[in-house]
This record gives sequence, C-alpha cells and structure tokens, in this order.
Amino acid sequence: MAEPRPVLEMAGIVKEFPGVRALSDVDFRLFPGEIHALMGENGAGKSTLIKVLTGVYSLDGGTITLDGRSVRIASPLQAQQAGISTVYQEVNLCPNLSVAENIFIGREPTRMGRIQWKRLRREAAELVDRLGLDIDVSAPLSSYPLAVQQLVAIVRSLNTGAGDGEGPGTKVLILDEPTSSLDRDEVLQLFALMRRLKEEGVAILFVSHFLDQIYEVCDRMTVLRNGTLVGEHMVSDLDQVGLVQLMLGKAMGQLDELHEHQLRSDAGDTLVQADGLGRTGGIAPFDLEIRKGEVIGLAGLLGSGRTELARLLFGADQPDTGKVTIGGRRVSMSAPNDAIGAGVAFCSENRKSEGLVPDLTVRENIILALQASRGWTRPIPVAQRDELVAKYIKALDIRPANPEARVGQLSGGNQQKVLLARWLITQPKLLILDEPTRGIDIGAKAEIQKLVVSLSEEGMSVLYIAAELEEVLRLSHTIGVLRDRRLVAQIANGPEITTSRILETIASGEHQ
Amino acid sequence: MTTSSTTSSRWRALTRHHLFWPVAVLVLLLLVNVPFTPDFFSVRMADGHLYGSLVSIVLFGSPLILVAVGMTLVIATGGIDLSVGAVVAITGALACSYISDQHDQGALSGVLLAMGLGLLAAVVCGLWNGFLVARMGIQPIIATLIIMVAGRGVAQLITDGQIITINSEPYKLIGGGYWLTLPFSIFVVAAVVAVTVALTRRTALGLLVEAVGGNAEASRLVGIRSRRIKIMVYMFCALCAGIAGLMISSNTSAADGNNAGLWIELDAILAVVIGGTSLLGGRFSIGGTVVGALVIQTLTTTIYTIGVPTQTNLVFKAAVVIVVCLLQSPKFRAKVFGAKFAARFAAKGGAKPAAATADPAAATEAAPKMEVS
Ligand SMILES: Nc1ncnc2c1ncn2[C@@H]1O[C@H](COP(=O)(O)OP(=O)(O)OP(=O)(O)O)[C@@H](O)[C@H]1O
Ligand SMILES: [Mg+2]
Repeated sequence: MAEPRPVLEMAGIVKEFPGVRALSDVDFRLFPGEIHALMGENGAGKSTLIKVLTGVYSLDGGTITLDGRSVRIASPLQAQQAGISTVYQEVNLCPNLSVAENIFIGREPTRMGRIQWKRLRREAAELVDRLGLDIDVSAPLSSYPLAVQQLVAIVRSLNTGAGDGEGPGTKVLILDEPTSSLDRDEVLQLFALMRRLKEEGVAILFVSHFLDQIYEVCDRMTVLRNGTLVGEHMVSDLDQVGLVQLMLGKAMGQLDELHEHQLRSDAGDTLVQADGLGRTGGIAPFDLEIRKGEVIGLAGLLGSGRTELARLLFGADQPDTGKVTIGGRRVSMSAPNDAIGAGVAFCSENRKSEGLVPDLTVRENIILALQASRGWTRPIPVAQRDELVAKYIKALDIRPANPEARVGQLSGGNQQKVLLARWLITQPKLLILDEPTRGIDIGAKAEIQKLVVSLSEEGMSVLYIAAELEEVLRLSHTIGVLRDRRLVAQIANGPEITTSRILETIASGEHQ
Repeated sequence: MTTSSTTSSRWRALTRHHLFWPVAVLVLLLLVNVPFTPDFFSVRMADGHLYGSLVSIVLFGSPLILVAVGMTLVIATGGIDLSVGAVVAITGALACSYISDQHDQGALSGVLLAMGLGLLAAVVCGLWNGFLVARMGIQPIIATLIIMVAGRGVAQLITDGQIITINSEPYKLIGGGYWLTLPFSIFVVAAVVAVTVALTRRTALGLLVEAVGGNAEASRLVGIRSRRIKIMVYMFCALCAGIAGLMISSNTSAADGNNAGLWIELDAILAVVIGGTSLLGGRFSIGGTVVGALVIQTLTTTIYTIGVPTQTNLVFKAAVVIVVCLLQSPKFRAKVFGAKFAARFAAKGGAKPAAATADPAAATEAAPKMEVS
C-alpha cells in the first residue's frame, strides 16, 4: 500500500528550557485518517512536542510542515486557525462560566457585534447531544467533576471551525491524556468519537499511559525517551512488552503479585468511624468504618459521589449531617485543618486547581502541608527539610530531581508525584488518594501501587479512588461501591470478587 | 568559541535574575540625570551631614519604600491595599495633634506616646481591612477603598480641617533628622526592611503567604490558616504605612489631613510591580520592591532635573512606567528581541532563517487569549 502524504511533518525538532533539553532532534509525522499514539515515560517530552506544535512554546530548532507547506506557528490561536485543535493535559477552562460559554469562548456567535446567547446555548446543546453526552450546558462548569470538564474541553476543541464557518475545520486533533480521569463508558464514547473523526480524514494524535487503550484505538505510534526519538511503529507490529521496553530503555518486570497483600493480623482497631455523614447535593448520609492498615477502594461511575465522600472525610466540604470519630476522638470536620490535625491527608484528583502551587518550587510544594501544620513561626530546620525532600524525590523518582525547579514546569506525571510526596511527608494515619495514578506512566504506576501496599502493611489506612476498577480491586481490602451519590455496598475483597461482580453491583445498586 | 559561549551563558543567567531589569532601569534613570546635573553622583559633607542627589533620593523615597514593602506582602497574598495613603494621613494627624496639645512639645515621653498612638490607629485600620477581606470575604479592592475614602475624612476631623504645625525636636528626628552623618529615616527604612525580610524568610511566613497568593484553594486544602495570615499581612501593611505617615509629618513638622500621602498607594503598587511581584499574587521580592520604589523616586527627581514641563509630568511618568513594565515581560522581550535570537540560532544550525511564517498578519495579532497554561 502506497503511503499517502502526511498531513503534518515535524523534523529535527529541538526545544530547550533553562537547564533542560526537553526535545532534541525529534522527527514526527501524522497521516490523515490515522490515530497516532505518542508514547513515553513521564517527562519524556510528549506534552512539550505538542506545545511546540501548537505554538505555546517557540521552537529552538527544526521545521514543521503542514499540508506540504512549511509553517511557523506562533500561537495557539494560529494553530487553531491552521486546523490544529488541541486538548491540553491540564484542563484550561473557566470554571465560573457555563459549559456553553466555555465551549464557545473566544468565538461566540455574534450578530452585529452582539453575542447571540440563545444561539450559543442551542448550538452548544446540539454539539453535546451529538457526541452523546448528558451535560446541562447552562450549568457552570465548576458544578461538574473533572472528568466531565475534560469532556467539555474536548467538545470545545472540536468545535473549532464549526459555528461561523471560520477556519478550515479540524485537520489535526491533539488529545494529551484525555482519558486519564474518564470511566470506561466515557472512554468508549470518546473512542467512538475518535473513530468517527478518523473516518472523516482527521489525523488524531493521542497520548495516554493506558497501554490497553493505545492498542484498542491506535494505528501507529511514536515513542520518545528522554526527549529523543526512539522509533515509529505500526501498533500491530509491536506488542506491549516490546513497547514498554522501548519506552523505558529496559525490560520491566511484570506487576508484582499484589494480590497476596492481606490485612495485617493486628489490624482491626477502628481508626475512622463515620456515622450518618452526609451533605445535601454531595452525598447521601453513609456509615463507614476504616480500620488501621486497611485499604478501602471506592468504585463507582463518574459522578457517583466518590470524590464527594472523600472530601467529607477530609473536611474539604462541610458535612451537614452525621459525625466522624478518628482514633476514638470526635472530629468536627468544619475545615481541612480539623482532619489534618487528626492525621488525615488528601491528594486531590485535581492537581492543578486544588493541589499544587505552580509558582513555587518542588521543595516548597513538598513541605507545604507539613509546614502548614507546624504554623508559620516554626519553620522546618533547613537540614531536616532538605533531607526529607531529597528522600521523597528519590523514593518517588521525581524528575528532574531538582528541588529548586518550579513545579509548574514539571511534566504532568511528575507533578502528581510531588503532590503525593507532600502528603507522605506528613506521615498521616489515613491517606486519601483520589486518582493518584492519573497521568502517571506504567512504571511509576506500579511503583505507587506497591507503595500503597507497603504503607498499609506499616499500618497506614488508605482510601483509594481510581477510575480503573482493576486497580481498585488489586489494592483494596474492602471495596465501597457508590451509585447516584449513595454508598450502596461495602464488599470484603476476596478471590471470588471480580470486576464484573463489582460492575453488577454498580449497575443494580445492591450486592448479592 | 568556548569563552564566548560561557560569557554569553553567564550573561543570560544574569539577565534572568529577578532583580536584573529593575536594577538596570534604576541605573539607566540615574545616568540620564548626569548630563543635566554633572555632579549628580557626588556626595559632599557639610555640617557633619552628607548631602547629594543620591542621599536625597533615598531620603525622599523613604516613606514610599516603607509603604511599598508592606504593600508587597498584601499583593503577594493576592490582595491589594488602597487605604495606605489615608493611613499615612491619619497617623500623621493623630501624632501631630497629640504633640501640639502638649505643653512641652519637645518632651521625649510625649513624642513617643504620640507616635505609639498614631501607629496604634494605623494597625487598627489594618485590622479592619484584614477583617473585611479575610472574614467577610469582601474583594480587597473594595474593602480597602472604604478607608481610602473615609480615612481622609477621619484625618481631617482629627486636624479640624487645618494643617497642624508643631515644633518638636525629637519628633523631627524620624523624618528630617540626621544620625551618623546620614538622614535618620534611612536607618528606619533599613530596620523595617531587615525586619520584614527576617519575618518572612527566617520563618515560614513568606512561604505560606506565597502559597496563599499562588493557589488559595490548594492552600486551604493543605491546612494553611489563610485568614489569619491575611489579617496579619494587612495589619503589617498598615503599620508600615503608619511609620511612613510619622516620617512625612515629621519631615514637614506638620500634619496635612488632605494631602499627606496623597496617591502614595498608586506609587507603592507601581513600585511592587516594577520590583517583579505579580499583581496576581504568589512569589514576592522585598529587594525588588525596594529597587522599584527607588526607581519611582528617581523618576520623580529626574522629571525635575531634566525640566519636564509640570503639566506633562504625569504623562512622562506614565510613559516610563509602561516601558519598564514592558521590559519586564518575557513575552514582550521575546517579541522585540526574539527575532534576532531566532535568526542567530538558525544561522548556527545551518537551517534557513525562520521558515516563512504561515501568515504574518495573524502572527502579530495572535494574542493568545486563554489557551496558554
Ligand atoms: N516550561 C518549562 N520550563 C522548564 N522545563 C520544562 C517546561 N515544560 C516542560 N519542561 C521539562 O521538559 C521535560 C519534558 O516534559 P513534558 O511535559 O513534555 O513531559 P511529558 O512527556 O508530557 O510527561 P507526562 O507523561 O508526565 O505528562 C521535563 O523534564 C520537564 O520538566
Ligand atoms: Mg505531559
């Protein structure tokens, strides 16, 4: 089969940041009507390649050819006008505007200079409908969980070229880890959408750390390691083991047998006891007992109330019914401080808006929670601080391993690790992890799961939320199933518990 | 080749230092004065006091530095304090009216009491601002507008709408006196700056302030008591303004409720911005602010020495401030100087310089609105 001409060709791409060569001499091409995976570890340079292509960063060397014409793209707007639509790794929308406004912002339908609000809402609703999503476009974006916001970002990017007919329409669609917080159903919806666009001849660049997803939808892939090109392969020519080897530069041991992991014999003391805890509009009153060293996994669909439950246990939202005791003491949960004081830690799923302070350094972000609990008058002694930070940078393999680097400049996966380090350093009794492996590459993902197991063996309790059911099942002693903002079942994990049984429970709302 | 590349990388490291542009502008502004005032840099001694343009810039700039240092912390938390000018007026009015009521205006105890009274009033103003912002959740710009407007009225009430003049040797010291050949106010400023730096960088206060300003929600979830921190910062800012108020009234031996500290809030905000602290909050630099305040003060001096017509004073000042702010924006620098660098790189790499832009018109108008993270 003769190869058609690529719609996009990047050659000899170089991008340098102060002290880091993020891309050196990378070639990349994209054919019309293909789904192309860009693969690599955290920090390999995937997002940077995308941002260079879309004009967020300027190029330090190399050429970009679009449709056979050499182009220089100086800004995201220009990229959009040239037919390149992008959904960046971090959702970049305005939370206090409505979904419809977010979809159309910057290119609202106008008549005589005035925005036609009715038309805007109607068209937004049509778009959302066409993609088979159930979203009220007049509600503020912030009223939806992160995953829905991510879908909105995708809808927004696709919408370029529609509306008033400006621009050539999407030729290239770039999706940088769009599935990291989606459930299976949303992922399938997204894939259906991607296949439809592919048939229309759109070239799609897809980044994901879920290998199964890559093998499900992609045709071709390009692998990066440490900012250099490792190779381009047809997906059908390379199996998963081979791919991982290319990405890491070495073979990786299979995920260790984590199933063995059992509750320690001295577990059994109740650490956290929630009675009738609830919040209207958030989650219906629930009872939950968490024992020392126990890992509780929460399963449920998007919007089923997993995050809401976690937030109540941390005092991030104030409960309006019920009570919580931690270690036998009643905790008021009127603010995160109360929970933190009782030894609870919470890694939010939304690392950008609820987690990191992008302007501060890796070191400052890591010590923030510990420092906050000591108060401003008692700074952590420098030597102790540096030692702690170095220890966790090493333990979690944060790259670059430079405590002075600004967190905003780290790759997505490494930012996630910084957030994790921040809470581990406080040595909590209960660690709440909301999508802790979001955006983390497979090597690091296995590391984090192992870490959860060893923490639990050392007696730390963990509340674990993940979109991937297998992950929840692998780690948890007990699985809490949520449905429609209600905790419907608590299932002791065992060999007879499978993902399909959990899915049944989610679907029916009861556990047999 | 090697030497040139190391010097160029050293130069680049230098230009990237956060104080580089503010200091460069300050030096430039100082140099502009030389053709007009040839002895601009000379400092001479008379009556055991040092005199010279540089000394007066620091002397007259002292109140601004104080106010700007306090403002820096407020801005770092993501707030702003418009009331500092009014606080300057209130403090001066209270102190002077107390002293003028004394039999012996030169009595040290009376002067100390007057200053304490003035500063107490300032701190109460700060507490009020902090309360409105942190407890009531009012936008800082609105919350501090209240004292900005009402405070002047209070100052006038205190002075009965008059300009109170006093004659007090000890009071004169803080804003107009000399010590060890230097204006005493320089020592006051040095002490306040030193205390501020120690307070923020020797403790964890600076970090927590930057966290609150950099990401308020993340700070809440990390357990930072941001309300408490904000209240403290507004009180500290008002205290600095209060000291500036004492200085200004002491310098003129008079309290003018109407004009003391008028528009100083704007100069202070400018100084903070020139010093490299973002109005959005987060990272702050006290050193930068001091340089920024000196830039503003030098600019004011320069306007007089080079004889800009009085009517165009403000326009001239605005123009310089715009240039300074533009120079500090990396995006602007990339746009203006970037083409040269890119061409140089392309030449080195052997590639054709800047493969034709898709659409030059789009390139210039393409101000990214929201895509850039
Ligand atoms: N603005 C920046 N300033 C400095 N360094 C940066 C900047 N952006 C990225 N980097 C560095 O460039 C490298 C590549 O980062 P990039 O975000 O492209 O990784 P990635 O492949 O997308 O990783 P992930 O899977 O974690 O998202 C990293 O070492 C990162 O620290
Ligand atoms: Mg990335």
